[in-house]
Amino acid sequence: MRRSHSSQVLASILVNAVYEMKNYPINLVNTVLSPLSFLVVIDFVSKGALIGQAIEGGLIMSMFQSGMSLQGDISHLKNDFKLQDMLVSSPASPAAYVIGMAASEIIYNLPALGILIVLMGVYVHPGAFQAIELGAALFLMFLTSITIGFMFATLSSDIVQSFAWSRLLTTIFTAITPVYYPITYIPFPFRYLAYLSPTTYVAEIMQSVAGSLNLSEGAVITDWAIIGGLAAVLLVVVSRNARWKEA
Amino acid sequence: MDQLVTEKLSKTYGGSSMALQDVSFSAPSSGILALIGRNGAGKTTLVRILATELAPTSGSASINGIDVVREDKRLRERIAIVPQEARTISWMTPKQSTLTYLMWRGFEYSEAKKRAEESLARLKLDKYADTLNRKLSGGTKRKALAAMVLASEADIIFLDEPTTGLDPISRRDFWEILRELAKDRFIFLTTHYLEEAEQLADTLAVLGGGRLVAVGTVPSIRGRIRYQYSVNLPAGSPVPEVAQGEVTTGKNGEIQILTNEDEAFAISKRLSVAGSRFSIRPVSLDDIFFQLVGESTQGEHEVPTPGADGGWSA
Repeated sequence: MRRSHSSQVLASILVNAVYEMKNYPINLVNTVLSPLSFLVVIDFVSKGALIGQAIEGGLIMSMFQSGMSLQGDISHLKNDFKLQDMLVSSPASPAAYVIGMAASEIIYNLPALGILIVLMGVYVHPGAFQAIELGAALFLMFLTSITIGFMFATLSSDIVQSFAWSRLLTTIFTAITPVYYPITYIPFPFRYLAYLSPTTYVAEIMQSVAGSLNLSEGAVITDWAIIGGLAAVLLVVVSRNARWKEA
Repeated sequence: MDQLVTEKLSKTYGGSSMALQDVSFSAPSSGILALIGRNGAGKTTLVRILATELAPTSGSASINGIDVVREDKRLRERIAIVPQEARTISWMTPKQSTLTYLMWRGFEYSEAKKRAEESLARLKLDKYADTLNRKLSGGTKRKALAAMVLASEADIIFLDEPTTGLDPISRRDFWEILRELAKDRFIFLTTHYLEEAEQLADTLAVLGGGRLVAVGTVPSIRGRIRYQYSVNLPAGSPVPEVAQGEVTTGKNGEIQILTNEDEAFAISKRLSVAGSRFSIRPVSLDDIFFQLVGESTQGEHEVPTPGADGGWSA
């Protein structure tokens, strides 16, 4: 029998995004509200001065949340429904499963991303080249978070633990770090701590592209190199160490 | 003939905990093979190894000549499993669950949809096809899981304790599904309901403490045990003299005498003359199981011997 890989990818998208949104639409509200709530607070407190950074922060949070959601969703399907066991004992392709699950997270976040992109167009007015740069930075953010999420998912055996990690990492990497505000607001020496988070580099790139943060060309190149390198290293680590089945 | 063969199959967890020990047997890979054993006997470990989910520590196994370790990808083309704790995904419907399972197996959407609808209709689940899984009864959820594997092209199906937790009526409904599945596929079923094994199994395998205790058809295993008859007396009855056999007392005080046919009738005759209340019957699978596994767990491991019925051997 000839097996369709595109069907396998689509199956993950249907299960983890389309049917969940269709059958439980309340989840959509939560997905949209999370990044927008921070945006509203930042805009209100800064009296509109940080609206650009807040929109960029919302986009970064959405992308990071996608990766963390992947962790929770894969763990949930694996541990609570034993879906992964059913798929291991079948011709399902692990790569198609994971690619589909990753794509489903983006599709799940499309409503939030759509609103944020419209707001970006209205308040930040990026040109075509800037839009490509912003898109590339967000893609690297997504790759990084999805690999972190997948790594945690393969190691997790308890859904409560998975959701706890998901919330903790999202808070640390998107709410505390300078994602919704410029890094210059953090006093030294604490500013160095912010560079432990991959979201800081993406935020610097996006804020610099949007013109709300003045960075030297060298600093921007360094940010691109670090986030690109980190995504590549994590991809290699995950592809080598992720467990599809037990040893 | 297509065969399931294991050779000295062992599995150790964490370097010390031995879940399976030198399990060797062969059985026809057709109809229903029921694997019975107590909790922790190694049933799930054996199923997971045969279904390519888990690597054995040592030994080998093959189904229809396909090695479960070296040719796992080839075998996965032909197998499907419903694990012991599998549940239907709560936010989906039986139709969506079956459709996506088939798509994960590589079916195109239109073909998967057609097969899903046929499978649900075959198991009389079409009226629940579009109901959210979380709103279904426990029995219907289990049937929905069976519909997923039934819809697939797999001809070797593993079902790990599929009826655990079901009420007696739902369990009997599920047996019909298993018989339906077994018409054109090999079903490897684990259960600790002995009645279920007796009703369904073409081949029976008994695991005790990670070791294979017996394998064969139900009549052949029945013929292998020491005592074929059971004489039962109510609690508090005087115990008659037993020349050959074992006398046990149940938790409720009921007395059971396991013995051979001649002795059982001799005891019955004496009890009838004395006007005692009693019953006599051939041993049930329950009695057989306790005789076999009881011996095995006490260290007196019975090595199964080859039989002439159905081609099983150990």
